Amino acid sequence: MVERVADPLGKSGTSLRPWSEAIAFAVMVGALVVAPFFVYPLFLMQALCFALFACAFNLLIGFVGLLSFGHALYFGWASYLSAHAAKVWGLTPELAILTGTLTACVLGVIAGSLAIRRLGIYFAMITLALAQMMYFFAVQAKFTGGEDGIQAVPRGKLFGVIDLSNQMTMYVVVAVIFFGGFLFIHRIINSPFGEVLKAIRENEQRAISLGYKTERYKLVAFVLSATLAGLAGSTKAIVLQLASLTDVNWPMSGEVVLMTLVGGLGTIFGPVVGAFVILVMQYKLAPVGEWVVVIQGAIFVLCVLLFRRGIIGEIAHLLRIRL
Amino acid sequence: MFEILGIPPQALFGQLLIGLINGSFYALLSLGLAVIFGMLNIINFSHGAQYMMGAFVAFLLLQHLDIGYWGALIVAPIVVGFTGVLIERLFLQRLYKLDHLYGLLLTFGLALIIEGVARKYYGSAGLPYRVPDSLQGGQNLGFMFLPNYRAWVIVFSLFVCLGTWFVIERTRLGAYLRAATENPTLVRAFGINVPRLITLTYGFGVGLAALAGVMAAPIYNVSPQMGAELIIVVFAVVVIGGMGSIMGAVVTGFGLGVIEGLTKVFFPEASNTVIFVIMAIVLLVRPAGLFGRGT
Repeated sequence: MVERVADPLGKSGTSLRPWSEAIAFAVMVGALVVAPFFVYPLFLMQALCFALFACAFNLLIGFVGLLSFGHALYFGWASYLSAHAAKVWGLTPELAILTGTLTACVLGVIAGSLAIRRLGIYFAMITLALAQMMYFFAVQAKFTGGEDGIQAVPRGKLFGVIDLSNQMTMYVVVAVIFFGGFLFIHRIINSPFGEVLKAIRENEQRAISLGYKTERYKLVAFVLSATLAGLAGSTKAIVLQLASLTDVNWPMSGEVVLMTLVGGLGTIFGPVVGAFVILVMQYKLAPVGEWVVVIQGAIFVLCVLLFRRGIIGEIAHLLRIRL
Repeated sequence: MFEILGIPPQALFGQLLIGLINGSFYALLSLGLAVIFGMLNIINFSHGAQYMMGAFVAFLLLQHLDIGYWGALIVAPIVVGFTGVLIERLFLQRLYKLDHLYGLLLTFGLALIIEGVARKYYGSAGLPYRVPDSLQGGQNLGFMFLPNYRAWVIVFSLFVCLGTWFVIERTRLGAYLRAATENPTLVRAFGINVPRLITLTYGFGVGLAALAGVMAAPIYNVSPQMGAELIIVVFAVVVIGGMGSIMGAVVTGFGLGVIEGLTKVFFPEASNTVIFVIMAIVLLVRPAGLFGRGT
């Protein structure tokens, strides 16, 4: 039996004790309520966007076993459309975010229906190639602003009323979006639909033999993951008031893989922790500049060789609980 | 002067030549990927970085040891291939019992390390590498000017591809390799050292990437990021061709290079994306790839 990419608990450890999740969730809510009084809110908002991005990515790798190496496509293009809608069309922030999210949804339908035609390693290569294709479109398209990106995106007024230029107000909005996305993913995972996804992850042939149209399930999961990644990207464009080529290029796809891997593939809280760890690391290491990429590469290698459960996966394994 | 479809022949044949050159590199790299995948069941994400290493070793050999192009053509693949052997022994070997995706993640990390270190010490700007004296100049074919070095790259990479095909499909060593791909346990029972065969296969595949890197050095500048974007295109090539057949990888590589070159003539905006579009079409029409067997 090969060890699956995402099964941190293994067959033996599935002692379902939902209270562990409830406690962890309460800790997370508490931390995010207190955090803006101690940490620079802009950093927290950025981290929350990446946390949601990583959760969306984890929905695919962790619960369906599909490794997408092109999630920057949805994150970045949603970010562009959201920024464009807010700046050029003058939409209110919630409509701008909706525009970006819908863009990611459409892209997810197109890319997903192509990518699920192949399995495993090919799936990863196809998603990467499609993302690279859309990266070239972003480089050539006029509205993306090329190397400059779309700068000085107005944060605007939420529903035309609430001014988001205040950092604390913006933080509350981002936190609400993050929790909305997080709880939605949690709901998906624990629904009957989510159980079928896990069945596909464990043994697709058997799921097919049981009468499930696995291709449809995989496509829906793919589109959900892309859409949520788009929600994260759209929000990020409003928060940082910027959409740029960095968000659509392949290193971004690699970064979200790294965040999820560090936090724990297939865990619920892992991607959130991973996103914070990687972002803090990037801030702390900013002075050494060029070494950041090397260190990220080294973390990849170490995680794969020694630390496949990730931070949260390791804790869950030690305490024999579900996180 | 006559024109073909409204395009001056110099431009057409010029792009066709560039297409063939690019195709040579696609073919060499996808060949290496296919050989490694066949034996190790791993997609070698660091293939682009190892191609770049080949070019850098050639550059360093010239700068510090005064070893020229011809020496580098032999030494660089051996040096880089040896680092491949180390990588396989130290890291990849521990992953064979796990999901194949871990191999992809590990080699992606290695690619980041290799490219990051190169960028740290040599910056992002390209370093020039001279065409060897014996291949300077070119031939005037009447309809176009053919630089000798470019002709050499096409001919030599075809030779290497066919040589690899011959070794794998027509020799005893190749028969062992193919047998070990199908059923490693049985092959071991016949007294063949399969783990060593796997190690050498990886070293060989990586060596091929480095060879392509040395050949690329005089054409493109030697730069840390030369492999990163190339490898993504090569992934698309591999998806189109399927990794089941050596010849398939070679034919697809050259074919797509030529198509890309022609696109540059007729529809320049799409030249970056045409290979990905073809990949999408192939996935719709023939999901297993042109030469693929199953998924």
